[in-house]
Amino acid sequence: MAGALSSAAELKKTIDAVLRLGRAAGADETEVQLDETIDALTRFANNAIHQNVAEHGITVSVRTVVAGRTARATTNRLDEDSLRMAVESSLQLAHSQPPNRNLLPMPGKQPYRTVNRFLGATATLSPEARARAVKQASDLAIRRGQVAAGIFSTGQSQLALGNSRGLFAAHRQTNAEFSITMQDDPAASWAKANSGDIGKIDPQALAKRASEKASMAKDAKELGPGQYTVILEPAAVLDLVGFLFYDFAATALEDQRSCLNKRMGKQLFGKNISIVDDVYHPFQLGAPFDGEGMARQRVSLVEKGVPRNLVYSRVSAKKAGKKPTGHGFGLPNEYGEAPMNLVFGGGNSSLEKMVAGTDRGLLVTRVWYIREVDPYEKVMTGMTRDGLFLVENGKVTTAVRNFRFNQSLIELLQNVQEMGPSVRTTAEEAFEMVVPAMKATGFHCTEPTKF
Amino acid sequence: MWDLTVVALNTAKLRGATYADARLMHLRQRDLTTKNGQVGTLAQSESIGIGIRVLAAGAWGFASTDRLDREGVAACAAQAVSIAKASALAKRGDTKMVPENPYVDSWQAPLRKDPFEIPLESQLDLLLQADAAMRTIKGVTLTETDMQFRKIDSWFASSIGSRIHQRKVISGGGIAATSFKGSEIQKRSYPNSFGGQYALAGYELIESLELLRHAPRVADESVALHSAAQCPEKTGTLLLDGSQLGLQIHESVGHPIELDRVLGQEANFAGTSFLTLDKLNKLKYGSTIVNVVADARLEHGPGLGTFAYDDEGVPAQCTDIIKDGQFRGYLSNRETAKLVGLERSSGTMRTESWNRLPIIRMTNISLKPGSGTPDEMVASTDDGIWMETNRSWSIDDRRYQFQFSTEVGWEIKGGKRVRMLKNPSYSGITTEFWNSCDAICGKEYWTLWGTPNCGKGQPMQTMGTGHGAAPARFRNVKMGTAFSGH
Repeated sequence: MAGALSSAAELKKTIDAVLRLGRAAGADETEVQLDETIDALTRFANNAIHQNVAEHGITVSVRTVVAGRTARATTNRLDEDSLRMAVESSLQLAHSQPPNRNLLPMPGKQPYRTVNRFLGATATLSPEARARAVKQASDLAIRRGQVAAGIFSTGQSQLALGNSRGLFAAHRQTNAEFSITMQDDPAASWAKANSGDIGKIDPQALAKRASEKASMAKDAKELGPGQYTVILEPAAVLDLVGFLFYDFAATALEDQRSCLNKRMGKQLFGKNISIVDDVYHPFQLGAPFDGEGMARQRVSLVEKGVPRNLVYSRVSAKKAGKKPTGHGFGLPNEYGEAPMNLVFGGGNSSLEKMVAGTDRGLLVTRVWYIREVDPYEKVMTGMTRDGLFLVENGKVTTAVRNFRFNQSLIELLQNVQEMGPSVRTTAEEAFEMVVPAMKATGFHCTEPTKF
Repeated sequence: MWDLTVVALNTAKLRGATYADARLMHLRQRDLTTKNGQVGTLAQSESIGIGIRVLAAGAWGFASTDRLDREGVAACAAQAVSIAKASALAKRGDTKMVPENPYVDSWQAPLRKDPFEIPLESQLDLLLQADAAMRTIKGVTLTETDMQFRKIDSWFASSIGSRIHQRKVISGGGIAATSFKGSEIQKRSYPNSFGGQYALAGYELIESLELLRHAPRVADESVALHSAAQCPEKTGTLLLDGSQLGLQIHESVGHPIELDRVLGQEANFAGTSFLTLDKLNKLKYGSTIVNVVADARLEHGPGLGTFAYDDEGVPAQCTDIIKDGQFRGYLSNRETAKLVGLERSSGTMRTESWNRLPIIRMTNISLKPGSGTPDEMVASTDDGIWMETNRSWSIDDRRYQFQFSTEVGWEIKGGKRVRMLKNPSYSGITTEFWNSCDAICGKEYWTLWGTPNCGKGQPMQTMGTGHGAAPARFRNVKMGTAFSGH
């Protein structure tokens, strides 16, 4: 049912055509990026499919350099005239500005590690197969007097980058996701998985888990505000710590908007916290090169609670006297770079052990609508959602009404007592990362809501 | 363009669709930013394609393609029907819609200066000058400016006989200064945070903002915040400027009135709503001076929610949402209107692009003006805090409990602004908050604010919405909680 991505030869042909047009138009340098996606998403609510979509699109993004200036133009039309117009638009934009004193010559050919992240079974899953999985999950909800809502999506994508100095990089991957909310009025709970391999997603196991937790979430009691010990499931951890990633960009420190300004090399987090950025980790997805075509490096960001290293684009690396780490965004941009494949070091505990070892605390399924209140102390606000439970004397005793929290991430990562193994985690606010479940003390719950 | 929509509709019908619509869209965008006196982003893009939505076997299917020839469009329409038939494997009844008339029309949003015809050099020059003006203030550590322009053409055709072309031009821009000192990062933005002000307008919007005139003040305030007193933690009187009130309307009125949320269709991601169907015409949403409308018509103003027809071919309308404090209406489409027994859709189906399914979105959700001036409102306040320009926003998934923080606050004592406050925040429960409203300024102080970045749907779509608001006052509001204990 799903179509096929363009062949490598077709991508190369388009890139070569744009590079030729760039030379003909007088560009000093030209860079071309092709992005192609074939995605399908089945959406269900009230125990039935209510939206079901598919898309196929390709974009060609052209960056030219002329007299020390650069700019970008993007089109999704691949005929020769449209490509020529994109080159000319890019040149026109470039000419309109003063010279850029930080602009570097484009990089030449680069070596890359091979990553294989394309699985045919994921790419070809049919809408009928998705519908059957949805029906089975919905039937479970009906049998239990609940209401199911969620998505089942699959997709394939590829990215190719080439420039007039001979650089060429290409990557393709597949992606699948199943997310389900089971409503047991007035309670609800949720489960979700994301993988490049459809074989690693079990929709019915996720449906069962969400259903059981939704039953547990009924009859929620209201607790007063205060500081609580919390046991955060991996999805809750992800949507909180996911807001730390840009702080590790060298450009963010140069702009003095990172919480790590004046804090590099200091004992900022607990000694049990270590973080790396590693696109090659087996639980990660993504291309092995960045927006300029530099090979992504594994970078140790936090070692035993001490922020040790940042990630660098070519420009920020030159300013800092460092080597680029392969984390730059496509140029021109004002943000520089960011680690996009965070992997937290985990522990050997488990949710069950954390609950068993807690006298009084809250078990948090997920969090919602997280926003930054204080950028330097990294205070984040948000709500718990879809299952908040009171733990007393080593057992889950009752559901609790959801809380608003205002919590410093720095303080949170100072107060982590236990961690489970790190797992590929998906939620709704941050992009996918590899994080553990965590038990932490002193979590600031400020106001309960009505449910 | 119309030929391809005919191919789409004919193919869908031949394959078994009982209803179909096709939307061919051409989107053009220009982005300009500066940072610390240097050009940041400088980019232009275009995207063209077609999205085809069909009802077949009583269920929905949608497919999109950028292959704009007869074969590509026919294959896309066939795929949409095939997907609809797959949807029917997990349906609980046939999808039905309220009737709508066919329309044949062409509409263009008015503008005075096409931003794509203004020389890039002069656009960049204005941003670089504003950037430089902010950097003249000692203590400023980061300066940012931006402009964004979009031109959107859509050709909509449906199997009931509609054929509608619309052209919209959207402009936006703003400036921001940040100051890092000690252990605090403070920021001021103008005319609004997160990109400034946006409207369905041409370059005349940018000229009206007078970015250069405001740049030194914005920078000065970002530095001054370091010396300001901390916003106290207390329950008291809150006064909001129009831009912050616009976001308050967006989050605590605009989202909960979306019927797809109310009916559980967004339960997995955006959430549901406390405004269950039993509350219509019964809930006292706000005080008697609170009147809110959803108005997509041009006469409401050039907002990001202004159009002639929605993306389901329904004409723009004005719907009472809150009238004299009573809850009166929802945002609906043809399908949800049928589900709840309305006679007609309120015309709020909107899509980000050709490759996205139209879904229920806010149009212009506006609080009607009251009377009086901001000075008079301050003068009649014995003890309160004025907060302006959003810094953070968060609300639960049923839209009861919210918390906002703003860039700056001003303490009011004895009817006068007496000092600046840093790190202001407030929180509350939606209906308690709107019932505490006791003053709304007059129409001379009413602005139709643009929120360009509202995310909803799966796959995620970003949509612009409009929110008319004048400064207003609220009593017994909890303030300062966000920084409690930090």
